[in-house]
Amino acid sequence: MIPEFGHYALILALCVALIQGVLPLLGAHQGRREWLMLARPAAQTVFLLLATAFVILAWCFYTNDFSVLYVAEHSNSQMPIIYRLGAVWGGHEGSLLLWVFLLSTWTILVAQLSKALDEFMVARVIGVLGLVMSGLLLFILTTSNPFMRLLPAAQDGRSLNPLLQDPGLVFHPPMLYMGYVGFSVAFAFAIASLLSGRLDAAWARWSRPWTTAAWVFLTLGIALGSWWAYYELGWGGWWFWDPVENASFIPWLVGTALLHSLAVTEKRGGFKSWTVLLAITAFSLSLLGTFLVRSGVLTSVHAFATDPRRGIFILIFLALVVGSSLVLYAWRAPKSTLGGKFSLSSRETFILLGNVFLVVSAGSVLLGTLYPLLIDALHLGKISVGPPYFNSVFVPLMSPLLVLMGIGPWTNWKSSDLPAVVKRLWLAALAAIVAGVSIPMVMGEFTWLAGLGFLLAFWVIASGCLQIIRQAKAGKPTRSFIGMQVAHLGIAVFVIGVTMVGAYQEEKDVRMSAGETVSVGGYQIQLQDVNIASGPNYQAMRGTFLLSKNGNFQTTLYPEKRNYFSSSMPMTEAAIDVGLTRDIYVSLGEVLPDRSWAVRVYYKPFVDWIWGGCLLMALGGVLAISDKRYRIKLKKQAS
Amino acid sequence: MKPRYKRALIIIAALAVIGVAALLILNALNSNIALYVTPSEVSAGKAPKDQAFRIGGMVKDGSLRRDGLTVHFVITDLVKDIPVAYTGILPDLFKEGKGAVIQGRMNANGEFIASEVLAKHDENYMPPEAKHALEQAQKNGSNK
Repeated sequence: MIPEFGHYALILALCVALIQGVLPLLGAHQGRREWLMLARPAAQTVFLLLATAFVILAWCFYTNDFSVLYVAEHSNSQMPIIYRLGAVWGGHEGSLLLWVFLLSTWTILVAQLSKALDEFMVARVIGVLGLVMSGLLLFILTTSNPFMRLLPAAQDGRSLNPLLQDPGLVFHPPMLYMGYVGFSVAFAFAIASLLSGRLDAAWARWSRPWTTAAWVFLTLGIALGSWWAYYELGWGGWWFWDPVENASFIPWLVGTALLHSLAVTEKRGGFKSWTVLLAITAFSLSLLGTFLVRSGVLTSVHAFATDPRRGIFILIFLALVVGSSLVLYAWRAPKSTLGGKFSLSSRETFILLGNVFLVVSAGSVLLGTLYPLLIDALHLGKISVGPPYFNSVFVPLMSPLLVLMGIGPWTNWKSSDLPAVVKRLWLAALAAIVAGVSIPMVMGEFTWLAGLGFLLAFWVIASGCLQIIRQAKAGKPTRSFIGMQVAHLGIAVFVIGVTMVGAYQEEKDVRMSAGETVSVGGYQIQLQDVNIASGPNYQAMRGTFLLSKNGNFQTTLYPEKRNYFSSSMPMTEAAIDVGLTRDIYVSLGEVLPDRSWAVRVYYKPFVDWIWGGCLLMALGGVLAISDKRYRIKLKKQAS
Repeated sequence: MKPRYKRALIIIAALAVIGVAALLILNALNSNIALYVTPSEVSAGKAPKDQAFRIGGMVKDGSLRRDGLTVHFVITDLVKDIPVAYTGILPDLFKEGKGAVIQGRMNANGEFIASEVLAKHDENYMPPEAKHALEQAQKNGSNK
């Protein structure tokens, strides 16, 4: 009976979401107050209904109700409770339920925190979110109902894919979806402003913290996914240019451009139509990402065996959203292209150039991701576009962006004295060149790519430090200034990590018997033995490796090869010794005929800086949101 | 500077970035694409000679043979077989009788030297390319 309540809650949610989507928009158009007033209660009702559905699905997992098809396919009575709950979004249906649940969470947050905003605007924003919500709920109810029954009930569940039985499952999808879905708020603000014709600095000030919040979640979500892949897939890479990774990275690039463009709209009232277009694009790309992941058209880590109806539904929905917003855009967007006047040597120019690089690189990643699909659809054959494509396009496009990042923050709005800026930056340039030449020398081998990486990273760091010093002398810097500097610093830290791993990591595949030693990156790793170990729902072969440096013992590593009872597939669980300046990574391959083991060992210098840099970027975003000016505005209007 | 010139300059800069990106993309697409080829096509000599390519198919039952860290196996579309050699550690889901996608080149002895073996992360999932190869072979078989 309980799962039927969940299903029923979803149906009711669709009905209420339709009310939330249609009446407030009509009401705002025709000036009917009583219809506007429906927006908030409708949004709250949808939230309650979806929370109910979500809790019910979690309950089905908790009680091992294998008469629910989705539970039977993704859970198992032996699975630890934490993964049973994580399994709620471990498959297609549940992850869509998470999607709509988070969408309604964002919606009520907007409804609660925008009391000071003009009620027409709020009604329109909530209305647009309601329409998006209705589309997705319709999708869930027609093609992906998580409460579908399985009769007769299964004895036990098929269990979750062992790869997913990891704490990463608990955090990565909700974080990533918060980001994906969060762009719907920026989108709704953009559409609402087009509808009302009120595209001004106040609008930008309202949508900016929301966009930054979504961006922070997306940054963390992508970083978590990358980290998870690094330690869990067992083979030590941190980014594979897998189509699904790209699907989350493309909205990130456009979202980053949007953040910067919103700054211009807020501070200077410029770039209005460009900002709106970016907001529409960022959300459309999030939807496209959902389509790519969920339709099964891609060969990817995240691909599920799927039902083609789903792909077609999302494609139609995507076409509707993109098509109608672009038509609205063409019809209502302000005609002036760049807004307020500014000279070529102004901050506006630098942000615009940065935007161009971000958007063009997003386009090139998108092209590389869709190209194989396109070729296949045209029956020109089946191809794959691999990491070399992305690396050889992406690196040259990102390098100038980093150069701009060192200069842009020094410039003033409207117009600034570029020669004076350049004069202040000679020290940063010197530091960058010294770093670019000397660090590769210290690491033992100079390559141009490594030199470029360090040059750019230290350029950004040095320029940032100089500016922080200058600002600190001039008075108390604002939170949003510190946020910007921290986020830019995060990029530099990220670049250092990527450069170090790219140029100086060492990888060895070796055959080892007990007592043998392999050395990598100045460390010695000795295999002691391999024993049987058991977990709650698996049995493993666990290796014991002693890690030492120059004869000094450091630590013991225990990589595993697991066999889950419910599945015939083995799982590699790597063992990693994490350090600030390097990771040592050991994973067990398979037993060889002579009872020795195939073992892969890595020395990964500065690899954790990659995720550390992402954390700094997210922290920068949080600082920017906490800036006083957003709160003062709220207080003033509330009182 | 007149606003009109300024706008033109900005547009030219943007176009320049797009142009450079297009060049980079075309260049990278030219050299970094791997074609999918079915085992039947490989044995008919239709595989690229001087470029890496991918083969999708099934790992033939009983064909797996180890030689230290090097693994030899046969990939098949149930009509034609291609011998493959790979040095390194195989992914967890690599198994005889299951689908796989491999990337590499043919050597002079007609053996495919794989640089990469891709297996998916769900045991019930068949790579579409492997499925395609099997279907293609079946279709050609029934036509004859």
